[in-house]
Amino acid sequence: MTFVAKPRVHHPKLPVNEIGLTRRDYEGSVSTLCAGCGHDSVSAAIVQACAELSLPPHRFAKVSGIGCSSKTPSYFLNKSHGFNSVHGRMPSVMTGSNLANRDLIGVGVSGDGDSASIGFGQFAHIVRRSINMLYLVDNNGTYGLTKGQFSATNDKGSTSKKGVPNLYEPIDLVSSALQIGASFVARSFSGDKKQLVPLIKAALMHKGMAFIDVISPCVAFNNHSGSTKSYEFVRDHIHNVMDADLIMTHDEVTADYAEGTREDVSMPDGSTLQLYKVDADYDPYDRVGALNYVQRMQEKGEVVTGLLYVNPDAVECHDIMDTVSRPLNELTEADLCPGSDTLAALNQRYR
Amino acid sequence: MSIKYNDFVIRFANVNGSGSASANGMFAKALFRMGIPVATRNIFPSNIQGLPTWFEVRVSEKGYLGRREGVDIMVAMNAETLVEDVASISPGGYLLYDNSKPLAKALRRDDIHEIAIPIAAMMLPEFTDPKQRSLFKNIAYLGALAGLLNIEFDVITGMVSTQYKGKDALIQPNIRSLELGRDYAVRYLNAPLPLQVRRSDAVGDRIMIDGNDAAGLGSVYGGATVCAWYPITPSTSVAESFENHSNVLRIDKETGQKKFAFLQVEDELAAIGVVIGAAWNGARSFTATSGPGISLMSEFLGLAYFAEIPAVIWDIQRSGPSTGMPTRTQQGDLIGAAYASHGDTKHPLLFPSTPKECFDFAVQALDLADRLQTPIMVLSDLELGMNDNLSDPFEWDDSRRYDRGKVLSAKDLDEVEVFGRYLDVDGDGIGYRTYPGTHPEKGAFFTRGTSRDEFAVYTESGAVYQRNMERLQKKWQTARTMVPEARIANLGHSVGVLYYGTTALPMPEALDNLAESGIHMDTCRVRAFPFGDQVEQFIASHDLVFVAEQNRDGQMRLLLINELQTNPAKLISVLYYAGLSISADTITEQISDYYIENKLSRVTEVQS
Repeated sequence: MTFVAKPRVHHPKLPVNEIGLTRRDYEGSVSTLCAGCGHDSVSAAIVQACAELSLPPHRFAKVSGIGCSSKTPSYFLNKSHGFNSVHGRMPSVMTGSNLANRDLIGVGVSGDGDSASIGFGQFAHIVRRSINMLYLVDNNGTYGLTKGQFSATNDKGSTSKKGVPNLYEPIDLVSSALQIGASFVARSFSGDKKQLVPLIKAALMHKGMAFIDVISPCVAFNNHSGSTKSYEFVRDHIHNVMDADLIMTHDEVTADYAEGTREDVSMPDGSTLQLYKVDADYDPYDRVGALNYVQRMQEKGEVVTGLLYVNPDAVECHDIMDTVSRPLNELTEADLCPGSDTLAALNQRYR
Repeated sequence: MSIKYNDFVIRFANVNGSGSASANGMFAKALFRMGIPVATRNIFPSNIQGLPTWFEVRVSEKGYLGRREGVDIMVAMNAETLVEDVASISPGGYLLYDNSKPLAKALRRDDIHEIAIPIAAMMLPEFTDPKQRSLFKNIAYLGALAGLLNIEFDVITGMVSTQYKGKDALIQPNIRSLELGRDYAVRYLNAPLPLQVRRSDAVGDRIMIDGNDAAGLGSVYGGATVCAWYPITPSTSVAESFENHSNVLRIDKETGQKKFAFLQVEDELAAIGVVIGAAWNGARSFTATSGPGISLMSEFLGLAYFAEIPAVIWDIQRSGPSTGMPTRTQQGDLIGAAYASHGDTKHPLLFPSTPKECFDFAVQALDLADRLQTPIMVLSDLELGMNDNLSDPFEWDDSRRYDRGKVLSAKDLDEVEVFGRYLDVDGDGIGYRTYPGTHPEKGAFFTRGTSRDEFAVYTESGAVYQRNMERLQKKWQTARTMVPEARIANLGHSVGVLYYGTTALPMPEALDNLAESGIHMDTCRVRAFPFGDQVEQFIASHDLVFVAEQNRDGQMRLLLINELQTNPAKLISVLYYAGLSISADTITEQISDYYIENKLSRVTEVQS
């Protein structure tokens, strides 16, 4: 494996964001994934979203499981700590990280094998807990690192590179997230940066669990005709219902959407979530309706994308637990230890 | 007939879920409050209601807290187990039973005393509600025992008043039932018996608490802020204790908010994942489980060992393998815990013997995990964890500070020229770490289970991998000097006995028994793995060392042989693994038998 370090010299004309940083300050190491891998586009979208939001690049906690997708936290935000943990267990590690320090921005990256197979249980349960994070799945329907076995999100009938069809029903993570109660559910496509970057921005500023299923074709094992996760198939069957953007209070509104209507939603931190109804009949606040719609379209072979459901008033796990506002990892003996007098009184209780 | 004071075993045979636990607990507590040493043992089924359950109290003026074979008084309240209960009474012992229904002739023994009390009949006119009748039967036999054994009645009624403070309607029927039982015993049963209790000062300032409660409280004192767990007997009450104490001791006075996170998760994999994620992000965190949970956590334990992340895991051992006997005790997880996971892994283990040690080790385990940047497992068991044990009171030095280990702050990072997460700067095998989000420019690194160099950069270089594994070995040597030292009593005998955890409970009695028959031994109570120099020297300085433990394979013995290269012929196993805790009788018998079989001289020479 060759490793070419990126030059640290910035182009003089690179735009600077509100905190004086350029996009380069949000990048990571050079990717070791295949040329043309959808996952690299997703990493680039994360870099762009974080830079545009002017978030401090060292205040993230990046956690992943195992697989191609889970390698990607190395490829963005290298000023932040990252944790490439155990296959399928990103949700539990992220839960712990978030409990320890609620102030960091949690970015969990997983794959379809990681979240829909070995880690399906952990996926379901972190949705229940409403951990304040972005949960992003690079969904390519295949196990790349072990050379192209079907994953659980691969559609029934979709074929392998050798033309063998998948015989089993797929798991749709978007439907699962909606059913279990995620407060922000979106689907996008790694080939549609215009849609993906604003969705990531909105997800990062959402309070509670924000889930984005990104269909991200595997150029090595799942990009042939016969596959329903190829660039071509997804482009032909995509059905966008709802674009979203996250506008910081003072930003200028520069929407370039032709169709549909715009709706502004005030976010708890003072920013504005802007929704653009691409499909005029779609209601992004109706969780059950969203689930119904996604399932019906899936029956027709259509891939519904966009911001599918959002609850702007959602709470996060720390609200549910009623923990102190200070990060738990900053508490000291004075906060935590009840001391000897209290212990003497406790001893008395056990007599 | 001479009267025997403060020395007997009483066993209560009940039906699970019948409300007997409260009455039986009060019995033990009353004796404890009279200053008499007691040890309680709950022998219960994996069941909510209906199956047989036993509660045993060892009463010992001498302070012997281990289990003793034989039952002196059987309170037989379960018709289903009556046959085996009657059979288990030692000759000369007492059978207390409810003769509202007569005892079958076949059950009668002429070598025991029968104490017949028509308990059900007595309750009939007192209570109309059948549930109350059944519940207060337990209180009535407690009252009868008070009369029979001469328990100070005020002590019991005082406990009733305290227990039901604010629920006055419950006090009167409890007292009434106690009196009914006592009066019957005094009037019709020639009470008190020649077997009695009397006030003593043998308890001293000790407290009575179960080990799991002590572990939960110790975790509060030790500064744990995250507890993630999955229910499993016999560990559940560790987590519950942490939550209960935290809900009192860890509430922010101004906001009422919690200075801890307590999360019941979907399984043990998630529990250890949360603990590792929280510790990676700088919070002291722990989980509690039992053997099957350790199996599930094993992949994560390997990651935490290799990625060097602190974690504290309480393993309250039960009988295995698989689900084994889930409500019976064992010391069966040593090998599994010590080498849990794939590849070259090993983990420090702590072995508490008393509730006080559960409290102290809870604090120390959190310190060691941070200092050594590795998972620390505390191996307790059902015997210690779920039974009320006498214990020295807990102590806390207010000047004590948590050892958070080698962690660089933003200020430290400003001063550091080169930061490498896995650089062995101090030569003890332990690198410096940073918490996420500490510094805008320096100190960030990528944590992974795959191999990496000293600067946390991914590499598949064999030489770098090997260098890292050797550094971890150096860290292991550092751990040897930091874990709790063995407790050794060395009087220069040529034979020793080595034990750990709850095998310590019957040991004083066993040693006294053996000494009476001319067998004298030095003792080594191992309190941690890896073994310190003291353990190695203890074995080296004795001709023969018995290793007493509660499992089939002699797992401590195997660990000693494996880690210290001890000659196996020198280590003789003393084993018990039938579900109860090891008794002094078992230890005495197995060691005596060895002496007989090998014709060893009975009075070993004392070298001074």
